[in-house]
Amino acid sequence: MSAARTFTAIVVDDEELARGLLREHLADHPEVEVVAECANGPEAVRAVGEHRPDLLFLDVQMPGLDGFETLELLDPVPAVVFVTAYDRYALRAFEVHAVDYLLKPYSRERFDTAVARAEARAAGGERLAAGAVSAVAASARGPGTFATRLAFRERDGVAVVPVRAVDYVKAEDDYVLVVAGERRHLRHEPLAALEARLDPARFVRVHRSWIVALDRLVRVEEGRWAVLASGERLPVSRTGAARLRERMAR
Amino acid sequence: MHPVLARKERLGAYLLAWGPVAAIAAYLVSLPGSLSLGESALLAVPLSVVYAFLCLSSWYACRSAPLTRGRLAATVGVHAAGAGIAAALWTLAAVTLASLLGTFPSLSRLSERVAPVVPILFVLGVLLYALSVAFHYLLLSLESSQAAERRVMESKVLAREAELEALKAQLNPHFLFNSLNSVSALTTTAPSRAREMTVLLSEFLRTSLSLGGKASIPLGEEVALARRFLAIEKVRFGSRLEVEEEVAPEAAAVPVPPLLLQPLVENAVRHGIGALVDGGRISIRARHQGGRVRIAVENPTSAEGSSERGAGLGLTNVRRRLAALYGREAELVVTPGEGTFLAEVVLPAEPPA
Repeated sequence: MSAARTFTAIVVDDEELARGLLREHLADHPEVEVVAECANGPEAVRAVGEHRPDLLFLDVQMPGLDGFETLELLDPVPAVVFVTAYDRYALRAFEVHAVDYLLKPYSRERFDTAVARAEARAAGGERLAAGAVSAVAASARGPGTFATRLAFRERDGVAVVPVRAVDYVKAEDDYVLVVAGERRHLRHEPLAALEARLDPARFVRVHRSWIVALDRLVRVEEGRWAVLASGERLPVSRTGAARLRERMAR
Repeated sequence: MHPVLARKERLGAYLLAWGPVAAIAAYLVSLPGSLSLGESALLAVPLSVVYAFLCLSSWYACRSAPLTRGRLAATVGVHAAGAGIAAALWTLAAVTLASLLGTFPSLSRLSERVAPVVPILFVLGVLLYALSVAFHYLLLSLESSQAAERRVMESKVLAREAELEALKAQLNPHFLFNSLNSVSALTTTAPSRAREMTVLLSEFLRTSLSLGGKASIPLGEEVALARRFLAIEKVRFGSRLEVEEEVAPEAAAVPVPPLLLQPLVENAVRHGIGALVDGGRISIRARHQGGRVRIAVENPTSAEGSSERGAGLGLTNVRRRLAALYGREAELVVTPGEGTFLAEVVLPAEPPA
């Protein structure tokens, strides 16, 4: 038993009162030091990168990014305890390896259990690599629901792009490059994982490495080039051309 | 299936009603004097039974030619033709029966003696057929009025169900859980605010629950309830939530279904303010205009969109409720704008009948 072990924690909730309550309960755990408090997802992503905490208390419904979107961008991934009034995210929370799931309002005893679990996980030194969570998080979304926005971790914070603004997506090694007008963002994710989150009625994979938004497409040249409204030309493979024809025929 | 043939007791009553008809027919047939009263009865009774069934056929004619204005000539034509054919068949049956009975020695020359009776039978056949047409129209109108009554009942039940469903969906339990979490947080840090919050919550719940049973409340009261709800949410959201109200005095008196605005206001908080880091202002406006009242709930939205789903359910419930209560007289218009979301209910200033 590592009685001397201490843990760092970050508290994330958009409601000040809710953060205050977490802080108050944590004050009874002298081994836990709260190193930051965040009111939204982007702040949390920055703070986790900076402080590399052991524990993270995370609300689900927040402005900017929700708890799950935030979790996808975390690096490193701490031991996460979700704290929310909604029970419907519980399954998804455990699929993304959350340590515990606290339902508001919660009792002190229940909170203490969650802290004990989170400490055990953190003490085990088991840390998930960045990006490991995002694929699971995406698949946990359930079939038939598509992303409405995409979040990216940038040097100076978090960028969020509404999916309707996306022109095309390109695979670059282990990353995907998402292009929306002038904006270009990289995300650590396989192209197939991102493709699964995009509405197939709007996006077509025209090439092994390229996905295009149908409404940005002006014409297909020689069956080999997709020409966008912006004038950009993307390569089209033979299967990609077949997919495009099938989609246009609908 | 013909309604009379569908049930044994109906058929019995129907045939019983033909008893007097048979008696009258026997009397009329005996009038020319070519047949004795006994012979007349011998002819009239079986013929009446046959005709009772033949006349049932007019039901199909009545059903295919309903009594509607403007189609009278066609209807009369159909029934005149039907009467002619039925009466002719009946007379033919009479002649055939007479010639069959004529083979009995005691009824000699019956087929010849029946000849003067034929015109009487024909005229009687036409009249009886006309009677059966009248009878069938009566039957049809009874049936259709019963069906109409059933339809009215069904639509009332449907409206009530929609109403209950809507009411159930009105109160979002997560609002309660989040509010109770705020109370839990305030208990140690600001006990008097915790107490205030419990009072606000209780008032809101008490009013919502008591309103559930009412058919309508003045819009002013509905807005006051929304104000209470937003006051509770303000404890949670702090300076992120601002509220603006602009309800014209003449609109405040208009009766509206209770809790109609609740899903709209809740959406404005969850999908509007809740999705904005800096929050914003929810605006509730109502004005009275040309016999109708327009109630608007507007909120700012995040350009990046909300990850939250389920805004559609609340709106669908409001739509269903309006449709059940007002039919096409009321509507919910939703206008997603650039950075703002507007939901507007338009309904008649007079309550539905």
